[in-house]
Amino acid sequence: MADVMTAPAGAKASTGALMEISGLEAWYGESHVLHGVDIDIREGEVVTLLGRNGAGKTSTLRSVMGLVPRRSGSIKYEGKEFVNARPDVIARAGIAYCPEERGIFASLDVTENLLLPPMVRPGGLPLDEIYTLFPNLKERARSQGTKLSGGEQQMLAIARILRTGARFLLLDEPSEGLAPVIVQQIGRTIRELKKRGFTVLLVEQNFRFAQTVADRHYVMEHGRVVDMVANEDLNASLDRLHQYLGV
Amino acid sequence: MAGQSMTSSAVPAGPQEEIFGFTKAQFVALLVMFAALVVAPFFLYPVFLMKLLCFAIFACAFNLLIGYVGLTSFGHAAYFGIGGYIAAHSAKVWGLTPELSIIIGALLAGVQGAIFGWLAIRRQGIYFAMITLALAQMIYFFCLQAPFTGGEDGIQAVPRGHLFGFISLAPDMTMYWFVAAVFVACFLLIHRIVHSPFGQVLKAIRENEPRTTSLGYRTDDYKLVAFILSATLAGVAGGTKSLVFGIATLTDVHWSMSGEVLLMTLVGGLGTVFGPMIGAAVIVAMQNYLAEMGAWVTVIQGVIFIACVLAFRRGIVGEIGNLLRVRL
Repeated sequence: MADVMTAPAGAKASTGALMEISGLEAWYGESHVLHGVDIDIREGEVVTLLGRNGAGKTSTLRSVMGLVPRRSGSIKYEGKEFVNARPDVIARAGIAYCPEERGIFASLDVTENLLLPPMVRPGGLPLDEIYTLFPNLKERARSQGTKLSGGEQQMLAIARILRTGARFLLLDEPSEGLAPVIVQQIGRTIRELKKRGFTVLLVEQNFRFAQTVADRHYVMEHGRVVDMVANEDLNASLDRLHQYLGV
Repeated sequence: MAGQSMTSSAVPAGPQEEIFGFTKAQFVALLVMFAALVVAPFFLYPVFLMKLLCFAIFACAFNLLIGYVGLTSFGHAAYFGIGGYIAAHSAKVWGLTPELSIIIGALLAGVQGAIFGWLAIRRQGIYFAMITLALAQMIYFFCLQAPFTGGEDGIQAVPRGHLFGFISLAPDMTMYWFVAAVFVACFLLIHRIVHSPFGQVLKAIRENEPRTTSLGYRTDDYKLVAFILSATLAGVAGGTKSLVFGIATLTDVHWSMSGEVLLMTLVGGLGTVFGPMIGAAVIVAMQNYLAEMGAWVTVIQGVIFIACVLAFRRGIVGEIGNLLRVRL
């Protein structure tokens, strides 16, 4: 496990990772949920976190976003340390988080939800481009945010963080609970985002879906990263993965 | 922080059916309200109406905080009362014009709101309510003891004075138009705040604060600004009321006043545009017309409150809006 980890890390040092997470630990009250997570992500990569329930995938995303109350270790983004920063400061550095529960605001309509997040940097997608990516949202612009279907809510949750100019997206199980045709659409969206130069850290249970979008996969177990598989090696490593994921 | 609300970018283009940011139903209700404001003084006792309007301002200000940000303050009497005392003192001792007296009262209430709010927003829920209550009790004892407030007697015989220095407000009808204008101004201001990008952030905080922070907003700043706005408007209400009655007393800073405004807002409809006003009307009318029943008024109020909580969770206006399937 150790050499699997160090080899790619060494190779990356020269290219310079956009985000370097090392020795990240996190606690919810008394419960210690992350025990030293190490992840490096280069600019423009789509990286997934795979693992069983309770392995610490969501906690990792929440820690990066500053939403876990107590954390230690190091989270460097563009060379700057963010491990103890407040969520709003992290957001304004250009990191955006789309939680599993989506967090659509019920008292705002679709457009208001879209326009709510502040611009953090220049270069966010303009509204009409967002509507091109997600035509459903345009049709339902005046609907109450939570009256949308699950898939539309997921698209709204992703769409609203594209407008802000954030370049690093944390997506938590965007495919969860959605019909296969919607999952395909979400997959197309993620590939489109990659084409546009966004960097994505994606949490997935479904590695068949992950395979269609990601460059690399980190496998988590018991609050640690235990393996890393490049997407092209995924099929060769299926046995190993099955063991980790228990599928 | 002002910069942050600025950066939230373009205001969403209003949909076709909105008029000045009001939905159609709200606009109709608004017209009814204006008509009632104009007609009412010819049928009802103007002083009663002025009292009602002062409490309507107070309840609207309170609703801004509890209904749109989800912060339950239990010490709003402090801002209402201080606004009243300062306005009364300005008008009586310094001889200022009524509009200046009210503005000074409101500004002081706002400053007080800034200090108290800064302390209180560090905690949530019941702790927030208790901190605001404790601070308001301090203000009560300050008003009881401070020399300028007149202790148990309050500040009495406050002149209504001349609006802008030349329009005498002594006749009840003139005073009524002035109070009605103040009410409409506060009402529209609150509506504007709630429907601005700033107001949308407030609603987002009420719904899901962690999500709002992780989108990049310093939620504490927004809560504090909302708190200050609410306190300032409560000060306007208190100042206006003390000029209407020519007296500022301990009743206005007493904790039961904080409970009363909460009651008005809940009875009318939390987080609705017209609810606080209707709630204020119901409670003030009960106090007025049932006055001969003495202490029973509080009992009846209690019963109404229980009925509201059990049967009309959305309040009067909230339930009507729900029946008609419109937002009021």
